[in-house]
Amino acid sequence: MNALVHGPADAPLVNASRFRAAHEAEWDRLDRLVTRMEKRSVRALPEEDILALPLLYRSALSSLSVARETSLDRSLVTYLEQLCTRAYFQLYGVPDSALRQMGRFFGQGWPLAVQALWRETLACLFLTVAGLLAGYWLVATDPSWYYSIIPDAMAGGRDPAASAETLRATIYGQQKGGMLATFAAYLFTHNSQVAIFAFALGFAFTVPTVLLLVYNGLTLGAMLCLFAQKGLGFGFIGWLTIHGSTEMFAIILAGAAGMKIGTAVAFPGRRARTEAAVLAGREAAVAMAGVVLMLMVAGLLEGIGRQTVQDDLMRYGIGLAALAGWLAYYYLPRRSEDRHVPAA
Amino acid sequence: MFRRRDRAARAPVSLRRSFVTPEGIDLRLELASAGTRASAFMIDLLIMTGALILATVLIGLLGIAGARGEIVMILWLVGAFVLRNGWFTLFEMGGRGATPGKRLLGLRVIARDGGRLTGGAVIARNALREVELFLPLSFLGMQATQDAADGFLILFALSWTGIFLFFPLFNRDRLRVGDLLGGTWVVNNVRATLGADLVADRARHERRSFSDAALDLYGIYELQTLEDVLRKGQPDAVATVAATIRRKAGMADDGDDQDFLSDYYAALCARLERGMLVGRRREDKFAAAPPKRSA
Repeated sequence: MNALVHGPADAPLVNASRFRAAHEAEWDRLDRLVTRMEKRSVRALPEEDILALPLLYRSALSSLSVARETSLDRSLVTYLEQLCTRAYFQLYGVPDSALRQMGRFFGQGWPLAVQALWRETLACLFLTVAGLLAGYWLVATDPSWYYSIIPDAMAGGRDPAASAETLRATIYGQQKGGMLATFAAYLFTHNSQVAIFAFALGFAFTVPTVLLLVYNGLTLGAMLCLFAQKGLGFGFIGWLTIHGSTEMFAIILAGAAGMKIGTAVAFPGRRARTEAAVLAGREAAVAMAGVVLMLMVAGLLEGIGRQTVQDDLMRYGIGLAALAGWLAYYYLPRRSEDRHVPAA
Repeated sequence: MFRRRDRAARAPVSLRRSFVTPEGIDLRLELASAGTRASAFMIDLLIMTGALILATVLIGLLGIAGARGEIVMILWLVGAFVLRNGWFTLFEMGGRGATPGKRLLGLRVIARDGGRLTGGAVIARNALREVELFLPLSFLGMQATQDAADGFLILFALSWTGIFLFFPLFNRDRLRVGDLLGGTWVVNNVRATLGADLVADRARHERRSFSDAALDLYGIYELQTLEDVLRKGQPDAVATVAATIRRKAGMADDGDDQDFLSDYYAALCARLERGMLVGRRREDKFAAAPPKRSA
């Protein structure tokens, strides 16, 4: 039973051996090419390798399906699975060049994503305005509301007890220390962080986002009422408008993006819930990238523009021009054939 | 070695997912486990914290030395912001689809629908980190600063945010909330090497012959387990397996376990492959043995 047999010298026992011998060189070449692409980029390959790549990839895929059906060599099947997966990602998964992605983002992705949020944007605008009116009315009827709405740290001495002169100084005064650009950078990073947070919170069925927006409106209304009662309403709005038109717009858009996700999760309609969330999430995220850029502009306007421009009309002018610019960029009609292009 | 174990107990949750390429081949991707992903995240976090500390120290030194304190300050503020929000997003939007931590552990972010990973998906999956990580952290910080007066509220807040933090453990695909929203998966993407051909090696030598009865003992599952044993080559495992096979097949011990197993593997592989090519695939030893060939 334990007798030794001698096989014919050149006849492999199993097909897997023949299969390996026939294709191993191709797999090896594909492996080397993919490794080089993973380490550097597709540009690191010479022309003949690039031309060979799709052929090698398809032949590896076909090897994989043959191996799965005819070979019992697990090492071979695992190797081919990994090789094909790596090659697939290098061939199909690599995004466009950064420059082209940027171009598509500014040309189509950003404005179209914002456009798609128009319903939510209106809702968020309504919530903010409602909060603003409520805040104004509350403080107008009973000034003690002011202390409940605005925390001490944020008020910074701007409260109903302050004199008109003190309040005037906060609107027209120079920033102490003169670190305008630092202030701008601080405002940008802080506001963006809050906006991203508001967006992310939208996932929880939009409730936190709505609360944030209404509260934002409340503080605005309360502040506005305070300044208006001291006869500084016009100046305060100017002080706010120069950056606020951009900043408030950005915050409303961030809220709208969060709301889009929250409503998609809560009311997916005919789609599966996760599918609806993915569609909403990807589009709203593109709008969010735009919101961060808007807040950068707002930070510059607030940190530098507001401190150097002291004239009311100039402040109004800059603020309204910025608003008009954003509106035109987002909502002016675009060529319709671009619409189906997925956002970058 | 080949003792039957409960299949359900052996692989409680399979992390293999079907992923069909445009050419129509299923790549059967393997999702990354929650532990690997947590490790990758910790590595990223360590690098980020390290970079931030290093930058702060450098800026401190420069700030003392130079008059350009303001520019340095701005750079720090913006740099910290970009680091916190851009680290994951920018790396994952690049060609590798992975942050340094993920790359180190052989992970990759992909779109679940098989398409190309878009910027929107990457931003969505990473913006949600704010809720998953920084929200619980901020509540923890709140607890540290405040007294136990609001203890119940904070406990509630922590458990609410804990839902987001531990979300990956509660679903089959190990999705973070961010993955859910971005439509992404995190998969293993490691480089495998092709092991040597075990059968071809034996074909050139003289080998032992085995009776049909001996070769009918096992199926494909056992064959591939034997392949693992041979490739790993641990002496005690080889000895145990060889002894078991000899006992079942009623063969005498010839003293060379490694060679014996290699021969048995080659013979069994050839036999099972022959059966498979004519449509008789024997999955494991419990499946019916192929009918005897006529002499």
